[in-house]
Amino acid sequence: MPKRKDIHKILIIGSGPIIIGQACEFDYSGTQACKALREEGYEVVLVNSNPATIMTDPEFAHRTYIEPITPDFVEAVIARERPQALLPTLGGQTGLNVAIQLADRGVLAKYNVEMIGADAQAIRRAEDRHLFKETMASIGLDLPRSEVACSLEDAKRIAQELGFPVVVRPAFTLGGTGGGIAYNLEELSEIAERGLGLSMVGEALIEESIYGWKEYELEVMRDRNDNVVIICSIENFDPMGIHTGDSITVAPAQTLTDREYQAMRDAAIRVIRAIGVETGGSNIQFAVNPETGRRVVIEMNPRVSRSSALASKATGFPIAKIAAKLAVGYTLDELPNDITRETPACFEPVLDYCVVKIPRWAFEKFPAADPTLTVQMKSVGEVMAIGRTFKEALQKAVRSLEIGRFGWGADGKDAVMTREQIVEKLRIPNSERLFALRAALVAGISAEEIQRLTKIDPWFLEQLQQILQVEQEIKSAPLSLSGVSADLLRRAKQNGFSDRQLAHLWSTTEANVRQLRKQAGIFPSYKLVDTCAAEFEAYTPYFYSTYDPEDESRPSKRRKIMILGGGPNRIGQGIEFDYCCVHAAFAFKEIGYDSIMVNSNPETVSTDYDTSDRLYFEPLTLEDVLNIVEREKPDGVIVQFGGQTPLNLALALKAAGVPIIGTLPEAIDRAEDRKKFAALLEKLNLRQPPNGTSTAVEEAVAIAQKLGYPVLLRPSYVLGGRAMEIVYDEHGLRDYMARAVAASPDKPILVDKFLEDAIEVDVDVISDGKTAVVGGILEHVEEAGVHSGDAAMVMPPHTLSSEVMDEIRRASHRLSAELGVVGLMNIQFAVKGKTVYVLEVNPRASRTVPFVSKMIGVPLAKLAAKVMVGQTLRELGFTQEIIPPYIAVKESVFPFARFFGVDIILGPEMKSTGEVMGIDSAFGPAFAKSQIGAYQQLPTQGTAFVSVKDKDKRLVAPVVRKLIQLGFSIVATPGTAEFLRREGLSVEEIHKIHEGRPHVLDLIRDDKIDLIINSPSGKVTKGDESLIRSLAVANGIPCITTMPGAQASVSGIEVLKRGNLSVLSLQEWHQKLRQSVKVT
Amino acid sequence: MKALLALEDGTAFTGESIGASGTTSGEVVFNTSMTGYQEILSDPSYAGQIVAMTYPLIGNTGVNGEDLESGQAQPEGFIIKELSAVASNWRSSQSLGDWLAQCEVVGIQGIDTRQLTRILRLKGALKGMISTEVLDPRALAARAQASPSLVGQDMVRLVTCSQPKVLDPPAGVRERFRVAALDCGTKRNIFRMLTQMGCRVEVFPASTSAGEILKQDPDGLFLSNGPGDPEAVPYVVETVRDLIPKMPVFGICLGHQILGLALGGKTYKLKFGHHGGNHPVLDVAAGKVEITTQNHGFAVDVPSIPGDQVEQTHVNLYDKTVEGMRHKTLPVFSVQYHPEASPGPHDAHHLFRRFLEFMEKRPRKTDA
Repeated sequence: MPKRKDIHKILIIGSGPIIIGQACEFDYSGTQACKALREEGYEVVLVNSNPATIMTDPEFAHRTYIEPITPDFVEAVIARERPQALLPTLGGQTGLNVAIQLADRGVLAKYNVEMIGADAQAIRRAEDRHLFKETMASIGLDLPRSEVACSLEDAKRIAQELGFPVVVRPAFTLGGTGGGIAYNLEELSEIAERGLGLSMVGEALIEESIYGWKEYELEVMRDRNDNVVIICSIENFDPMGIHTGDSITVAPAQTLTDREYQAMRDAAIRVIRAIGVETGGSNIQFAVNPETGRRVVIEMNPRVSRSSALASKATGFPIAKIAAKLAVGYTLDELPNDITRETPACFEPVLDYCVVKIPRWAFEKFPAADPTLTVQMKSVGEVMAIGRTFKEALQKAVRSLEIGRFGWGADGKDAVMTREQIVEKLRIPNSERLFALRAALVAGISAEEIQRLTKIDPWFLEQLQQILQVEQEIKSAPLSLSGVSADLLRRAKQNGFSDRQLAHLWSTTEANVRQLRKQAGIFPSYKLVDTCAAEFEAYTPYFYSTYDPEDESRPSKRRKIMILGGGPNRIGQGIEFDYCCVHAAFAFKEIGYDSIMVNSNPETVSTDYDTSDRLYFEPLTLEDVLNIVEREKPDGVIVQFGGQTPLNLALALKAAGVPIIGTLPEAIDRAEDRKKFAALLEKLNLRQPPNGTSTAVEEAVAIAQKLGYPVLLRPSYVLGGRAMEIVYDEHGLRDYMARAVAASPDKPILVDKFLEDAIEVDVDVISDGKTAVVGGILEHVEEAGVHSGDAAMVMPPHTLSSEVMDEIRRASHRLSAELGVVGLMNIQFAVKGKTVYVLEVNPRASRTVPFVSKMIGVPLAKLAAKVMVGQTLRELGFTQEIIPPYIAVKESVFPFARFFGVDIILGPEMKSTGEVMGIDSAFGPAFAKSQIGAYQQLPTQGTAFVSVKDKDKRLVAPVVRKLIQLGFSIVATPGTAEFLRREGLSVEEIHKIHEGRPHVLDLIRDDKIDLIINSPSGKVTKGDESLIRSLAVANGIPCITTMPGAQASVSGIEVLKRGNLSVLSLQEWHQKLRQSVKVT
Repeated sequence: MKALLALEDGTAFTGESIGASGTTSGEVVFNTSMTGYQEILSDPSYAGQIVAMTYPLIGNTGVNGEDLESGQAQPEGFIIKELSAVASNWRSSQSLGDWLAQCEVVGIQGIDTRQLTRILRLKGALKGMISTEVLDPRALAARAQASPSLVGQDMVRLVTCSQPKVLDPPAGVRERFRVAALDCGTKRNIFRMLTQMGCRVEVFPASTSAGEILKQDPDGLFLSNGPGDPEAVPYVVETVRDLIPKMPVFGICLGHQILGLALGGKTYKLKFGHHGGNHPVLDVAAGKVEITTQNHGFAVDVPSIPGDQVEQTHVNLYDKTVEGMRHKTLPVFSVQYHPEASPGPHDAHHLFRRFLEFMEKRPRKTDA
């Protein structure tokens, strides 16, 4: 069936900010969908609040609305655009939920919008636990025994009937939010109460525990002619009980016979038909009892998911692109397989390699969070690796993780654990279990015992055992002058051992191993990911390395640039860097260079085979990158776009003779090394907060005394503010030195005078080496001290004087010239009064590049890439800073709801996972949109609880006055209440927690508080406050912890109260921009 | 133990022996199925061939008694990247390595099976040898070159049953039809499906004459899969030619090719054949696609069938080759692929129902 002619305009809803459970994969799927639909001649309207996405670049949709993804805003877009169809299945759970809400509210009917792909009925059948169960029963599929609970009493009764343990699964939540396993009544009460509260419909499923069963996923596609194919099977290394997003997973399934696999395939096909997903992709999860083979259906996602992105990258089959085409009426047999060209998309990909995905957690950022892995997802990113064997893929995946490991142990970083510790780590799933497995095998714990403790399939354990065996062989063949056996070396490489591991095992250097390896003639070969196991010729150059003999890479003779990607998403390194890498690839396509992408993150647009000319799905380690460089011999390598990951390799790559283009690695080092940096600023006559460097505790104390408290402490060379803290006295300093880091001469601690109440400013600059242009100046909403990745920012700045702005510009230009920046640079300033301090300079792409690019309508990263191969900004037509005639606010999104008990106070250590953009003609509405977009739903009425530290009391008074004018009632703790009353404000007083009940927690629990303004009382965070904030987050109450935040929020509330926030597409904003530029 | 694989074009791969030691020869073909090595290894259609699995990790679930497609291992040799040391499955009774040794299959692991596949794709199926004895690549390649070709060789006689036998429907299933099956190397699942659908299957050796079969007065004739070149079994073609006008006929794989020849058409050898479980086949009349299991090196040239007797019913979407045909006037049809799956997707199971429908509609003697 050809494509539909009755629809012309299609609305796509994105997934919004990056959060746990919804990362770059939906940019990947949304970008594919936008491209696919445009290619077919449809007009595409997009709503997505996340400016760091490729899909929200103005050329991907005809109309791009960077607006909050809520029913109200999407309705406004529909009213304005009048699309005939809505494609709800490509924007993750967020997109799906909003689509359902629009259907329920009658919006779709009112504007005559048809849901394509999956309709509301199908979505409900898959998402509503009750309906799902009924549907599965109607097609004779087995499910875990379960019942839906609408109340805590219900939950208790059902659990007692089923017998403990039971699993609690709240309905309509994302990534299993609020779920858990309860082993007794007490745990059940806690989990069920939270789960019921988080569920959009106040329901949770109480279910028989199938903890420890084998877990599988099938990625299924269906067209409107009812052709159904399975794109990929995935087996979880970690058995049932751990969210699949937190599980190590393997493709294809490894431990099913054909009979069992085909029965599962049949079941999956029945599921997609019964649920009624008419066209597109779905993800269906099964559990299999390892003793009896009993198979049950776990769940079905009637949409493209994280696993679909993984399946796409694992097989080469572009699920999202095909899903979009199927939604507009094509059938699978009408669409070509891009990779083979001659064969159709209607087939089932086969692999001739093994794929391993490992989640990336960020518990180091949340020491107070419970690191146990459960049915609620906690990881922030993932890596994928491909090898000809599981062992090779696993070791490659581990070294892709950016956790400082170079394989599955044997890299000199294995922790020493007692047998008890090992057993504990095996028994209770956690982020370090993979290494505990190694420790267990090394300690001689039997595979049977390990299996009993972990329920991991014996086949996987055997694979681990085999890696250890090879390690033993390596160790027992010591390095001699004559070198090393080529056979053993090859076997080591085929088992995934990195040169770094071999160096450790042989007590030599990585460089030496590399040398020996080359002498022995052992080089990696690059093989194709081709969807068909070489049965047909493949035309897409998508490679992975292995150590089998035949190499298929055939490097081209064209001019080519290699782009090093950012690796797994983690806090501090997210989608923004992938965005820049993708732009580099686009830039080179435009100017006739081949682009070669190297990355290990399956969620990204950069690892889509049609983003770059050649894709290497490989770990970003020195060894792996050098291997590709030696094979491809690129004319240049870009390290400044992928964030810290490639930057960390810059100097070593340069030393190995790799042609790094753009800003020189030495200049990067000059900005990162504190001593060199201080000298640099001095030379330029720029001011830096007074500071010192210490290598010992007493030295630090002396420095701090000289500078005066508070001081900011951090290790040199940090990412995302890792281990960065502000301390207010000597006690705090000593505590930090004892706790956070062991200072030593090669790892000094930096001590900076902390500028209290300063305004922080981020500047992005682009330079071609001669001309430098300010891309954008962003003013932080929160005062200095909050990590720039966490702070809300306003562009253009709204409180800075033109003198200060000019000084910032001057400093930016001077720094750019002195460092010889070619490409992008980000500078952080602090403004205290009229004094401008330089806090940090990063001569590389920054987190704010996509936001700024969207604001000014200029693709900075793309220009930067072109500049790096010699084009000038003049040639590119960008020589003047653009100041838009509108305002945007960038707000951060935090994972606190996932980590109950973690304090939400913002500080110098970055904690956010993602960002949204609120754009409008004035600060108030832009801020309000940014808050709504970040799911910080500002109330327009009700009760505000106010409790602030003494220093903030003066500042909070006008905020409270405004709130009262807006009709809020105010509840405050005694100190704050007394101050406010003296200011003539009417306030109700309430006990602090330790003063007796009722206190604020009671009010929060009773749903009597709508807004919380609570600043930390400095020094040590009080337990009381932390509890208030945690509970607020758990209950979805906006909790504002800074005075600037409170002021901004009040302006937002004021706007909301007036109502009528309007929507406008990015293309229209840019239209205004062009007009205003013409006028000036 | 070291093992060597050599192809007739001179390419050689050094690996490690699995299964039995010794020397073996056959036509090397690759199979792209990611599951089902046990069914593949026991499929009689592989007689005379050495099977290379493109999926690298083989043997993970061991071997069990239920998933065998015949009583023994059938290929001449087995080529893989990596054999699993453990068998992890609740139904497993033996490791694959042990089973291969027990069945005296000479195998090799540790080679670049993707490279091998690319060679076969570009050059077509090649004769090859695996040996643990002849470890000189040139010597083994020379022997591979000298080994007999599969073309023109009657492989069926090696795998057909020696005596007729009867398979009754399982307990609880009513007998509805009596099917005569010409056994050219039938996979067990075909008979399992026929009997479960209520067929009493009388299995005849491939050399059985039409007269013998007619004596039993069956409701329909089933033509099985089997190994090798269809032109090498003219005696089967003759039998089928005589039976076509007399009863409904259903052919699978080699049975489809034999039917093509019996109707007066020609067959030809494909470059590297179809061996895998992911081939899309379009059912022309229904306009729907089935994902199918395939295992054949020869194909029917449908236009060569004289007299406009047949229509092509199924087409392979990979290379547009014929996957099925049906007689325009007689209840006679066949498919090149494997609706019985095992291993592979079950999408085409319904074809057995079509055969039953034909038998249902067949004019019976009692009707006359």
